[in-house]
Amino acid sequence: MNRSLRPLLATTIIFVLAYALAVSQYPGLLSTRVLGNFLTDNAFLGIAAVGMTFVILAGGIDLSVGAVIGFTTVLIAVLVMWAGLHPLAAFAVALVVAAAFGATMGAAIAYLQVPAFIVTLAGMFLARGAASVISPDSIGIKHDFYTAVSQTYLLLPGGGRITVIGGLMVAVFVLGALLAHRTRFGSAVYALGGNPTSAALMGVPVPRTTILIYTLSSTLAGLAGAVFSLYTKAGYSLSAVGVELDAIAAVVIGGTLLTGGYGFIAGTFIGVLLQGLVQTYIVFDGSLSSWWTKIVIGGLLFMFILLQRLIFSASAPSRKALWKA
Amino acid sequence: MAQAQGAQAAAPPLLQARQIGKIFGQHHALDGVDFEARAGEVHALLGENGAGKSTLIKILTGALQPDAGEVLVEGQPVHLRDPQQAQGLGIGTVYQEVNLLTNRSVAENLFLGRQPTRFGLVRKGVIERQARQILAAYGLEIDVRAELGSYSVAIQQIVAIARAVELSGKVLVLDEPTASLDRVEVDKLFDVVRALKARGLAIVFITHFLDQVFALADRVTVLRNGRLVGTKTLAGLSQTEVVRMMLGKDLSFAHAIGGGPDAETGPAVVTFDGIGRAGKVHPFTLTLHEGEVVGVAGLLGSGRTEMARLMFGVDLADSGMVRMGGRVFALRSPAQAVAAGFGFCPEDRKLDGIFADLSVRENIIIALQARLGWFRMLTTEEQVDIAGRFADALDIRAAHHDMAVKLLSGGNQQKVILARWLATDPRVLILDEPTRGIDVGAHAEIVRTINRLREDGLALLVISSELDEVVAYSNRIVVMRERQMVAELRGEQIDPATIVQAIAGQAAPDQTPEETP
Repeated sequence: MNRSLRPLLATTIIFVLAYALAVSQYPGLLSTRVLGNFLTDNAFLGIAAVGMTFVILAGGIDLSVGAVIGFTTVLIAVLVMWAGLHPLAAFAVALVVAAAFGATMGAAIAYLQVPAFIVTLAGMFLARGAASVISPDSIGIKHDFYTAVSQTYLLLPGGGRITVIGGLMVAVFVLGALLAHRTRFGSAVYALGGNPTSAALMGVPVPRTTILIYTLSSTLAGLAGAVFSLYTKAGYSLSAVGVELDAIAAVVIGGTLLTGGYGFIAGTFIGVLLQGLVQTYIVFDGSLSSWWTKIVIGGLLFMFILLQRLIFSASAPSRKALWKA
Repeated sequence: MAQAQGAQAAAPPLLQARQIGKIFGQHHALDGVDFEARAGEVHALLGENGAGKSTLIKILTGALQPDAGEVLVEGQPVHLRDPQQAQGLGIGTVYQEVNLLTNRSVAENLFLGRQPTRFGLVRKGVIERQARQILAAYGLEIDVRAELGSYSVAIQQIVAIARAVELSGKVLVLDEPTASLDRVEVDKLFDVVRALKARGLAIVFITHFLDQVFALADRVTVLRNGRLVGTKTLAGLSQTEVVRMMLGKDLSFAHAIGGGPDAETGPAVVTFDGIGRAGKVHPFTLTLHEGEVVGVAGLLGSGRTEMARLMFGVDLADSGMVRMGGRVFALRSPAQAVAAGFGFCPEDRKLDGIFADLSVRENIIIALQARLGWFRMLTTEEQVDIAGRFADALDIRAAHHDMAVKLLSGGNQQKVILARWLATDPRVLILDEPTRGIDVGAHAEIVRTINRLREDGLALLVISSELDEVVAYSNRIVVMRERQMVAELRGEQIDPATIVQAIAGQAAPDQTPEETP
């Protein structure tokens, strides 16, 4: 079996086992209602994690994601409540601003050869700071569009609801998977993560691909910000603090190698669901502190890093050559 | 018909370089070099390390731009900006370290950058079918959907060749393609190269192995010190003539070496008494004397390197003691070994030896500085003086001593490491494979250096798989087998046949790896 499929398989098995275990304790967990809420509650995280998957696949990191989400919520709130823009117009503006922000970070990484860690750390401070300058206080959003969106959903058998933002996350995952696995851009991303020198020698436009990757990540973070604003109906400069780390966790738990080159978008989806499952379980339990989520995620993360170490460094497989006689 | 053939012969070479010059700082890497590759020939490019082979190849493939002269493709002068452009003009390159993506499928490696798409989506089926067809032409039937990294280096090499030929199709540059292949794989590779030659490609072949040149090439061009020595047709040429072209002198170890096994040795310097480490090396006892070279022979994995690492405190011994001048102690760190007057040149120069980005001077003084301690910093003048003295003594060829060590050739890098230890005025020097990855001419120089150090009264322990060399400089030879010191040879016993017998352990001394198919 393909080596890179093994972590994905492991994640899937662990999710199924964990879900079965949780259901055996709280049968109420096995309902479309819970599943629908998984999607809705984690929509912003999932969308940001798709962008993060591309970044990590290419061997990079994006620490600015949470800050960009926070900035976007504030920007949208200001545009809607103070400038009177229609939310859709505000979303468009926010996405353009986020895309430009990501492109700038990508250009710095590609042309100035500054490590992504440093560039996106600077980006994180910039975005978070800018959000606080615009408005240090939370701005509530009251708009007919927001009400309409929150009341639009697809009813599943069993009373579950696929909300607009939950559906949007699934769509982003599907499009992300197509982009990663079936386009030239996707190939270039994996090539960059595998070996940037080889990639350049094989004709991959390395700077352009790098810029596009960070543009994509920031744009999706912007989209996640819009989703977060729909979800919370507010804009707050300190919202989504640390979401980049949750996204990184989802990506790694989903089987993507932190050093790049191996992984799947679908794995990230399971990684997000797994985090959602842990949170839901704690809510069902009622007596556990919500910080247990962090502890479980930390444990899972550690386990998966060990697993990848075992799969990718211990075995250096070499197929027998099948020469024609 | 005759006319057509005449026109064929008059056709310009596919790739030609005229009067190429390249200067790095003050150093003339290439000076007035001519080179050409014709359709349907294998043209070998030879030279010692530092002769300018890789610089020339980089210029021909667009990775470097020449400071003088011109490159012509099919008679037309071209300016090669980068490898991509050279590829577009028909010049493809396969490097020693395969420059493909081991994390992607074989098919994707063949098509990356030019995948056929429909509605923006890559047509995987088409790619896989075409990849199978392409590789079948090279006699390779493999699962093209599998990760490239799951195949052997030989197959990766052929995939790299297939990609280069698909993309360029006129000139194929093979930069030491056989370095990490076994003999069967080399034969397969040569079959592929001959087939490509028959298809009318011009093949430029760079290697260190003379017999491979004679097995494969039609013509040979030899470079020395950045200058062209000559281009000759191989038919009717002998290996000795080619070696003479490369070295510019008749080289024979028998003449290069003086003294040898009979030289007098001085008093004992150090005794490793029962030093060993479970699972690494069985305890051994070995005394080194002043003015003595002890050679260590043995196959790869016999415990040679592990032994050296124990003796320098890199790995910790779990038994035994070191006796030195009346003191008895256990080695616990390399720093302690340096303080006791030991020096160690490890096997993997690039990984464990040089500080690639530091200058020649910094590389030379670093061990001395460590020995002095950081409170007694060497002044710049002292550093320049010390580096200059040892660089001259060992004939280190660098344009200046402030250039990064990574820019030097392998032989000169090795001499920098030697200089580093000599600067500490050591009493014991441990050299692990000092001539590995260095070409023949530099071998002789390293061997001469070893002999000179012995005459200066150092105690040396030299690990080498080159039996001729070990025999040439050793007063004594210890033989390692299966992590044990199995023999100690002196005087008359020191000859390659006896050593081979000891390594093989009496049983079938003729069983060399080459004999097994």
